[in-house]
Amino acid sequence: MTDRTSTETLNRRRFLGAAGLAGAGAALSAIPALAGETAKSEALITDVQDWQRYLGDGVDKHPYGTPSKFEKNVIRRDVPWLTASAESSVNFTPLHDLDGIITPSGLCFERHHGGVAEINPADHRLMINGLVDKPLVFTMDDIKRMPRVNKVYFLECAANTGMEWRGSQLNGCQFTHGMIHNVMYTGVPLKVLLDEAGLKPNAKWLMLEGADSAGMNRSLPIEKALSDVMIAFAMNGEALRPEQGYPLRAVIPGWEGNLWVKWLRRIEAGDQPWQTREETSKYTDLLADGNSRKHTFVMDAKSVVTNPSPQAPLKHKGRNVLSGLAWSGRGTVKRVDVSMDGGRNWQTARIDGPVFDKSVVRFYVDFDWTGQELMIQSRAIDSTGYVQPSKDDLRKVRGVNSIYHNNGIQTWLVRSGGETENVEIG
Amino acid sequence: MSKSANALTLVLAACLLGGTSAPSAAQQMAGRDVVKPSAKLGLGRAATAEEIAAWDTDVRPDGRGLPVGKGTVKQGDDLFQEKCASCHGEFGQGVGRWPVLAGGAGTLKADRPDKTVGSFWPDLSTVFDYIKRAMPYGNAQSLTNDEVYALTAYILSMNDIVKNEKFELNEKNFTSIKMPNAAAFFEDDRETSEKHFWNKNPCMKDCRPAPKVTGRAMAIDVTPDGKSGPKVE
Repeated sequence: MTDRTSTETLNRRRFLGAAGLAGAGAALSAIPALAGETAKSEALITDVQDWQRYLGDGVDKHPYGTPSKFEKNVIRRDVPWLTASAESSVNFTPLHDLDGIITPSGLCFERHHGGVAEINPADHRLMINGLVDKPLVFTMDDIKRMPRVNKVYFLECAANTGMEWRGSQLNGCQFTHGMIHNVMYTGVPLKVLLDEAGLKPNAKWLMLEGADSAGMNRSLPIEKALSDVMIAFAMNGEALRPEQGYPLRAVIPGWEGNLWVKWLRRIEAGDQPWQTREETSKYTDLLADGNSRKHTFVMDAKSVVTNPSPQAPLKHKGRNVLSGLAWSGRGTVKRVDVSMDGGRNWQTARIDGPVFDKSVVRFYVDFDWTGQELMIQSRAIDSTGYVQPSKDDLRKVRGVNSIYHNNGIQTWLVRSGGETENVEIG
Repeated sequence: MSKSANALTLVLAACLLGGTSAPSAAQQMAGRDVVKPSAKLGLGRAATAEEIAAWDTDVRPDGRGLPVGKGTVKQGDDLFQEKCASCHGEFGQGVGRWPVLAGGAGTLKADRPDKTVGSFWPDLSTVFDYIKRAMPYGNAQSLTNDEVYALTAYILSMNDIVKNEKFELNEKNFTSIKMPNAAAFFEDDRETSEKHFWNKNPCMKDCRPAPKVTGRAMAIDVTPDGKSGPKVE
């Protein structure tokens, strides 16, 4: 290919992109496809490749499969400076590398307060005590003999996007929005276990407690406990991963991740909340006037464009797929709007795939890009009519020190070369 | 009973019509009411008093759950230096990036608030409950009740909530201690204070003036390199 032809190709591509953006879609189909005109034969096609000639691995090679070696960068990542110790810390789901709504189990972000407890399920016990007719102890075998349900829910850490309260800090949706995962849980409705023990009429709160070295404990209002809370032993069709609470965890749909107690060993019924460390010192939201909200359980409607994003820049002019995730702890996602110009104008995105209660949805906008600068935003609207606010709207109510529950609209600046940045706009 | 018998007859009839062999045990069961679960599952067993005592160590703000015990500020100081100061500092000031336990009074409205036990925590019960269940970090549940009382007393002293190093904290005087920031917490009020976020007609066209970039994560440059993640075997 000569320099002249490649320049011509580039110019034609630019022209096509511009035409697409101008909405001249009908004209596009009349123009012959570019690929066939000046293409040079590729050795990848004309030469016989190794994988076509030689035998590959047999069925006995991988009893439990792993992703292709070419996907080795699709991994959880952590930010070492965030915490004093890796055992009481967090890592992040690589949202920019994923699609659909189900997070692969091995990529689900982790948040521990005392490392991963390794528990033989034969040694695990669940106790129910307190304001019940009969305090009980269950084995895992007992729990697996109870009527079970399958549900897809998102789990979002209360601190997701928390580092962004004062402004843009981390450059990638993995780091700004990756304290979330969305999987199918199999387990038993908590109500089934509580009925077995028999709640006393004055039982208004439950305390959930983990078997790990943090002894994680949180208070849960009884109304929520009896509605949709699950005690899960499986995720995505197989046993929970150790880092997700194997063999047993609480599933508290729509509510902040900290309540989803892992390695769940005890449930106590009481008549008032316990005001544990994780609902006083932590997971309370300090406002600008020095007062703090507590028991801010629900995760509000939120969304993020995962592609393009800083870790997934635009690589091609012309046709592109904008993709993202939206979710709400208050119900289902009804609509997602996307702006390319920093919130001046919005278009409604296409939601594709299942829309479940308190689960993420996947949205897309198929678009043509000429190489102009974009300020990309997404805005989720849920079934209660809640509209995801801007970060500035949140700051007006809460200030910048509330750490948790930052569901403000994210802006990505796509520069003319396709490089994409986490920015704040004003 | 007659209902079950009828169901069984139907199963048998179906088998005979099909000309197959005698019904399997599963087929017989499927025709009977006995497979329907009872209201109570009858799973699990009674927890013993000793088991409950071993696991139920939680303490509430009203003092419910406090064990019998006692410890002075002085005893707590000695224990703290031995078991806690390597991370939290001799005076609870925090070593390196480990949590600060004392100080910060009056900083909650500041640009950079200092949220410690003294400046922020609403309930003393939380201090006892948390130390007893989760501290020292890496050697949890290794402290006796008297040791937890003593450490709690020392933390009160470091925060000037008790002034006398001879002060003894026990299950009887525990709930008389009032924490400075106790009144500053309120239940989630988003549905009223953020009511304006519910909006039937969010703007779609010409919603704002042309935006300008006011902050860039790249300028701060604290993001781990995406290519330098942990190694995967």
